[in-house]
Amino acid sequence: MTTTFPGYRRPDGQVGVRNHILVIPTAICSSRTAEAIAEGLPAVVIPHEHGCHFDSRANENLERLLIRLGRSPNVAAALVVSLGCESASMERITAGIAESGKPVEGLRIQEVGGTIRTITRGREIVERFARDTAALKPEPCGAEELILAVECGGSDAFSGLSANPAVGAAVDLLIDDGGTVIFSETGEMVGAEHLLARRAVDEETRRRLLHIVGRAEGGFRNIEAHSGGVYIAVGNLAGGLTTIEEKSLGCIHKGGTRPLVEVIGYTDRPTRRGLVIMDSTGHDVASVIGKVAGGAQVVCFTTGRGTPTGCPIAPVIKVCSNSDTSRHMADNVDVDAGTILTGEESIAQVGRRIYEVVMAVAAGERTKTEILGHREFAVASRAPIPEGVGR
Amino acid sequence: MKRAVLIHPDDNVATVVQAVAAGETIRVSGAGDTRELAAAEAIPMGHKVALARLAAGDKITKYGETIGRATAAVASGACVHIHNMEGLRGRTGGVS
Repeated sequence: MTTTFPGYRRPDGQVGVRNHILVIPTAICSSRTAEAIAEGLPAVVIPHEHGCHFDSRANENLERLLIRLGRSPNVAAALVVSLGCESASMERITAGIAESGKPVEGLRIQEVGGTIRTITRGREIVERFARDTAALKPEPCGAEELILAVECGGSDAFSGLSANPAVGAAVDLLIDDGGTVIFSETGEMVGAEHLLARRAVDEETRRRLLHIVGRAEGGFRNIEAHSGGVYIAVGNLAGGLTTIEEKSLGCIHKGGTRPLVEVIGYTDRPTRRGLVIMDSTGHDVASVIGKVAGGAQVVCFTTGRGTPTGCPIAPVIKVCSNSDTSRHMADNVDVDAGTILTGEESIAQVGRRIYEVVMAVAAGERTKTEILGHREFAVASRAPIPEGVGR
Repeated sequence: MKRAVLIHPDDNVATVVQAVAAGETIRVSGAGDTRELAAAEAIPMGHKVALARLAAGDKITKYGETIGRATAAVASGACVHIHNMEGLRGRTGGVS
């Protein structure tokens, strides 16, 4: 298999596996204009409904998230599109992204003078970015440059038997080759945290892990009266999962078996190589976005029920727990781990196959989410408390 | 014959790989063990089958860990799900 991939070295030293030009609206009011700027051009846009909250913490969270997405090594250049009177600050966002040394510009619709002029100016900027980006030369990079995000969504009872352990086996292989893996979804560690805590490299890491899981469990207690004590999604129940403990015990398999080196906050960048836990919501899309904002270049996403969601700036590899869903939703599934259930392949064999796909995708092979244009974007309004609880 | 996967030797439930009809024989394998069991009722694909008779309050074990407790008596070979078990975590009166 390929042990190196051609990566794009950014001015801050990080390595990208994609060369996206990211168009970032600061608020809902500039989202449509931002979409029109990117239309038909080699750029991705992340429309959203935030940026003008009265709660200053919500605006700070949004600014931090947009800055960190702009700094992602998969982004070659960024254009920030502002209305002009919103609470989120275009200056702070462009300045934050500029710290990475990559090209970034901003446009204000109220200054430029309306939608049409802003679209024209924005498209000129994107076209210039595209010419500059095309001239970037990739260099051979090794696994130690990779941060892989692992996620699960639309889990069924097989997720914990096939897809998650297989991704866990791939995670171990990547970590053994010097790479880094972020796994998250704190609410889905409730009932399994004692197993993760044993793997913490030091007391501080163990304490932080138990703290964030305790906080997530407190969030469950707050909704106990309304949920009847059921903290998993309707689809999880239909798929054969009954309790959060059962779901968590299956979920944590995708974190492999290596030591837990660090526990970080939502959108934070790992400071150590190895297995890292990010405190995040169980909302799939916001959880993926948080890890990509933290520097992950590739995402491995397990599912049992099947789910099409992707990410605007990172390839998402879908690993499915069973062959029925893999066939039924073939256009959304990259790897069928159902062969573990039928006995055709071992967990280690599928894990090796997943690791090969991760390296091939890092080298440029497109995932189903990329081919289909799945670029879902969500902002966790009050991370890291789990809102979507189940998936 | 229909199949079910046993994950850990301590488990008192297994996961059925295909939908099972009442009375059908299930071959339960995994964790170095293979046994046969009659389904006491229909069990949907992916759901749990009780490997032994359980009393209300008994812990349900999967992955070798507690995933909840029985809320009613469960016959051997019966489906174990929200109608006869509950989780213990995230609850005011629960354990951690």
